[in-house]
Amino acid sequence: MRTAFIQELFEIAQKDPRIVLMVGDLGFGVVTPFMEELPQQFVNAGVAEQNMTGMAAGMALSGKIVFTYSIANFPVLRPLEQIRNDICYHNANVRIVAVGGGMAYGALGPSHHATEDLAVMRAMPNMLVVAPGDPVEARLATRALVEHQGPAYLRLGRAGEPVVHKQIPDFHLGKAIKMRDGFDLTLISTGGLLPEVVNAADILAAQGLDARVLSMHTVKPLDVEAILQAAKETQAIFTVEEHSIIGGLGSAVAEVLAEYDGPTPQFRRLGIPAKFSAEVGSQKYLRSLYQLDAPGIVKQVLNAWRTGG
Amino acid sequence: MSLSPEERLELQKLAAKVRRHTVEMTHKAKASHVGSSLSMVELLVVLYKKILRVKPEDPNWPDRDRFILSKGHGCASYYALLAELGFFPVDWLDTFYQDGSRLPGHATHTYVPGVEISTGSLGHGLSVATGMALAAKRDRKSYRVFCMLSDGECDEGSTWEPALFAPQHRLDNLVAIVDYNKIQSLGTVKEVMDLESLAAKWRAFGWAVREVDGHDLDAIASAFSSLPFERGRPSCLIAHTVKGKGVSFMENKLLWHYRSPQGEEYRAAIAELEEKE
Repeated sequence: MRTAFIQELFEIAQKDPRIVLMVGDLGFGVVTPFMEELPQQFVNAGVAEQNMTGMAAGMALSGKIVFTYSIANFPVLRPLEQIRNDICYHNANVRIVAVGGGMAYGALGPSHHATEDLAVMRAMPNMLVVAPGDPVEARLATRALVEHQGPAYLRLGRAGEPVVHKQIPDFHLGKAIKMRDGFDLTLISTGGLLPEVVNAADILAAQGLDARVLSMHTVKPLDVEAILQAAKETQAIFTVEEHSIIGGLGSAVAEVLAEYDGPTPQFRRLGIPAKFSAEVGSQKYLRSLYQLDAPGIVKQVLNAWRTGG
Repeated sequence: MSLSPEERLELQKLAAKVRRHTVEMTHKAKASHVGSSLSMVELLVVLYKKILRVKPEDPNWPDRDRFILSKGHGCASYYALLAELGFFPVDWLDTFYQDGSRLPGHATHTYVPGVEISTGSLGHGLSVATGMALAAKRDRKSYRVFCMLSDGECDEGSTWEPALFAPQHRLDNLVAIVDYNKIQSLGTVKEVMDLESLAAKWRAFGWAVREVDGHDLDAIASAFSSLPFERGRPSCLIAHTVKGKGVSFMENKLLWHYRSPQGEEYRAAIAELEEKE
């Protein structure tokens, strides 16, 4: 996803001098072409995320569209007050880009697990929150974010994720993409788990369960219409995210369902327990451990379906 | 730049008027931070009357010089000066910090023409100013960016991140002003977090530094008229000031970081300031 993002941004920036890529001394090999070809649109802020974020606000308030870029929690939690006061309060055109969303940097340990970012960014006034599901969505989101007015958060995976969209989907910020239709239950995915969720739906189909899959690439504003449609047309909704069970997609969907006056379907949040991982391992290993890979998702869905259905 | 006697008198009177507004505003609102507002009045007055290229009738003029009050808690005198200059009606000042007002207790851009960015949490302004200065350089624009810091704000690590960045990028269109009134929130700067040698610290980070008596109008005007202090470097003006300046019983008193002038104290302060107008 980060490759898709940087290629797309590079392409746009060559034609649009307002674009600035600002990095926190990270992105070796990844940002190099941008840095070399467009030095006037590139800033390395050094290992200083608070200043990076404040400067991004200053540049945005001077007519630039600034993408701050770093890994995991560094561009999000470290400079959180700069995000709130300098970017969001001034509705500045800054896009905060974090690579390594969820446990993409699994074996590097919990300091590098970005597992509360959606919750925190979702709470920021004026902030748009986007977590693409594959490189195609990452590309489309990057392009859409250039046109967006106001601050945004873009949560990416790392590199080498599978392409899920075989064709270019109709992509709009704030509108879920229906990956497959289904009328027994709905799986709502955000971020890099999309291929696992799509695979899980295939496995469920083989077992006779007809699952709708929504790629909810925009967590805020949420596509309420798609959620309520799923609530009316299917008997259960499962949210799936590589994020703490607190405050992310699951909480956002729960808020919608809790205020819905009609009959609500069975509902479960699939995510990471709100604790620091005591296990060491790769993203694949940790996803399996938390039952967020396709077999794990199927297992969790079937357990709930049998008890609640 | 040297001030003519007429110019000096005009600035002195404006400073006294801004101080009177400040005392009235904090009195009426029962608000704090009067001492922090009073210490920077001469700096603000010289900047806005003699140095900054701004248009009160067109506050968002694209080529304006930018001024950021990073010590947002000192906003009473800043609002007062903006109003006196015509950025907004003077009678707004009567509503400062009160229910339904446009003027909250920390500098806020939302409804206040002339306020570049909102501040209130210390350690933010210099980064934003640095971003603006960098954008100006990249776009080959000639506007300059001024940022007023408090001394207590120099405790913030985030103040020193842009302090490292700006010299690296040769941002000589950036000016940091430290209102060094020597008193912070719970004690003197020396007691709480000694900043000395403050000039040597900024110099060591790569800034061109000058020190000035922050109440001497001629000295301030002279310093600001020789910007940048050195080509290729950001400028830092360390202004030695007196907290609560202009009201004798408030000067150099920690209490006036918090206390709002009421009753006899209020009347005495106004009487003292009116004499200078």
